[in-house]
Amino acid sequence: MKPLISFETLSKIYQMGETEVRAVDGITMTIMPGEFVAIVGQSGSGKSTCMNIIGCLDIPTSGKYYLEGHDVSELDDNELASIRNKRIGFIFQQYNLLPKLSVLGNVELPLLYAGLGKSERKQRATEAIEKVGLLDKINNLPSQLSGGQQQRVSVARALATSPSVILADEPTGALDSKTGEEVLNLLKKLHAEGNTVVLITHDNAIAAQAQRIIRLQDGHIVYNGLPEASLEVENEVKLI
Amino acid sequence: MTVFQSFQMALSNIMARKVRSLLTMLGIIIGVVSVIVIIGLGNGLEKYMVDSFQSMGTDLLTVNVMGRGSTRNITVDEMYAIVDNHPEYFKSVSPLVSIRGAVKIDSETYNSTSVTGTGEDYLAMKQYVLSQGRYVSYIDISRRHNVAVVGSYVSNTYFNGSALGKTLRINGKQFEIIGVLEADADEPEEGGTDDAIYIPYSVAAKLTGTNNISSYSFAMVSEDDVKASKQVIDDALFKVYADQDAYSIISLNELLSMMSSTIDIMISILAAIAGISLVVGGIGIMNIMLVSVSERTREIGIRKALGAKRHNIMQQFVIEAATTSAIGGLIGIGLGYALSSLAGKIIVIALDTQIDVAPSFSSAFGAFAISAGIGILFGYLPARKAAMLNPIDALRYE
Repeated sequence: MKPLISFETLSKIYQMGETEVRAVDGITMTIMPGEFVAIVGQSGSGKSTCMNIIGCLDIPTSGKYYLEGHDVSELDDNELASIRNKRIGFIFQQYNLLPKLSVLGNVELPLLYAGLGKSERKQRATEAIEKVGLLDKINNLPSQLSGGQQQRVSVARALATSPSVILADEPTGALDSKTGEEVLNLLKKLHAEGNTVVLITHDNAIAAQAQRIIRLQDGHIVYNGLPEASLEVENEVKLI
Repeated sequence: MTVFQSFQMALSNIMARKVRSLLTMLGIIIGVVSVIVIIGLGNGLEKYMVDSFQSMGTDLLTVNVMGRGSTRNITVDEMYAIVDNHPEYFKSVSPLVSIRGAVKIDSETYNSTSVTGTGEDYLAMKQYVLSQGRYVSYIDISRRHNVAVVGSYVSNTYFNGSALGKTLRINGKQFEIIGVLEADADEPEEGGTDDAIYIPYSVAAKLTGTNNISSYSFAMVSEDDVKASKQVIDDALFKVYADQDAYSIISLNELLSMMSSTIDIMISILAAIAGISLVVGGIGIMNIMLVSVSERTREIGIRKALGAKRHNIMQQFVIEAATTSAIGGLIGIGLGYALSSLAGKIIVIALDTQIDVAPSFSSAFGAFAISAGIGILFGYLPARKAAMLNPIDALRYE
């Protein structure tokens, strides 16, 4: 089976005045279709940069990024936009719903940019909303929903385009533990249905829910394996 | 995403911020209203002048002979000869002798009534119509009969509508009324064209104490031959006086087109000045759109993350700017028409003159097109700024 996501000695270097910051430094890794992977790390570990590159919001400084076998490291703005639209489903910590649009309008948005007709947009958006169990709120504005519900809307929005990968950036970060767990269970359910889920978080307890953990530190991978062993590695690092 | 969807989105954004949108549009609204009212006023003024000139006859040439104080003067017969020799240019000619003096009817004296000595063709020349009797004839002129034709105002006001056969006195001489004209103006009034008396020019010349007739009116065959017709008369007069300052040939038609073009220039300048506020309005739109782009940075980031391309964002903001200013333009057109009809009514009350303030359709359409164009022009820069935003930075924007 071909990997869905593949980094080959990929680096992202930011120029901060005089100093060079190697946010991601020569990472090589793969994620297979149908996996549920958590990318964990403290702030500054390079996990956000990783997410931006996986999500095609940014391009690497060097190395290669293959998404479904296509090299996307050197695409321009509009080509990246088109890939984000078709292959990536974003879930953000702050939900990032448009406040003036209804639940339906928000979920339809990526389908609008995909150029779908009105009836097909509505049908696919409604299906996605049904999956997250918010059909009764379909015409509400985001401000009329609880945080957990808003995050479920953003899950529906990520699902609507049937993307290759669902990319969740601290999806529980703004939620209390109970609703956070609901959202995590939803992600697990999506994974069980065959979706590839990549979860970015700093929280080990949440990362532990994934199938595999990739731990980053200072732009390098320090652990890549099953969740149970990950904590030990962190403890070792702390001891050093 | 289609233009129509962008348009719907723009409309809902505009409606979501009503007060701000209205304030943004204000510059455009004021600009469009002033352009429309000024052009309407100009059209009304021009129409008013054309109408009043046309009622005087645009196919007429007026010749005034000042003379040079020399012994030789052009005679009435020589003037008639010009018409006889050039039937291709002229239909007729009439000497005109204005009499300054009092008209006395019974024992009352009237100063407002104009008295003019004319030839027998004057009636046809001015397209006046007789309601009773006949006009001054060739015999009246050659035999110097003391006969008069009166306007409808004179007949109706001073003779209770039955002036025919009655008499009146001009400078002490008694005249018999042989004809009454139909009303020329819609509402005959004192001092107007219907408050007039016409007598044979030979009699009038005698009354003024001079036999020199200094004013003539020529009726042209066609208004298009003004130049050639004037040349013919000029040649004849120059032969006598050898001095172009000794006479003048005035064409009402030429005068009219001269005044029309003067008004046109005036209106264009005024409209251009009013148009400056359209530009100011455009800058106002640009300003608000720039603010709006800053405010909606996060929204732009979300849209880009979800797959909006540069041109999608660009299109959204340009269309929003264009829609804002186009709506402003439409409001301006509505207000402009309302204000124009109000201005027309005020002019009637204040100046007692009927000037229709008539905004032309083309000026309304032009104002609309210009305001929409200004929206696109001034919306471009903010839209470009929005389109170039980096999605990562935009998503982090608080």
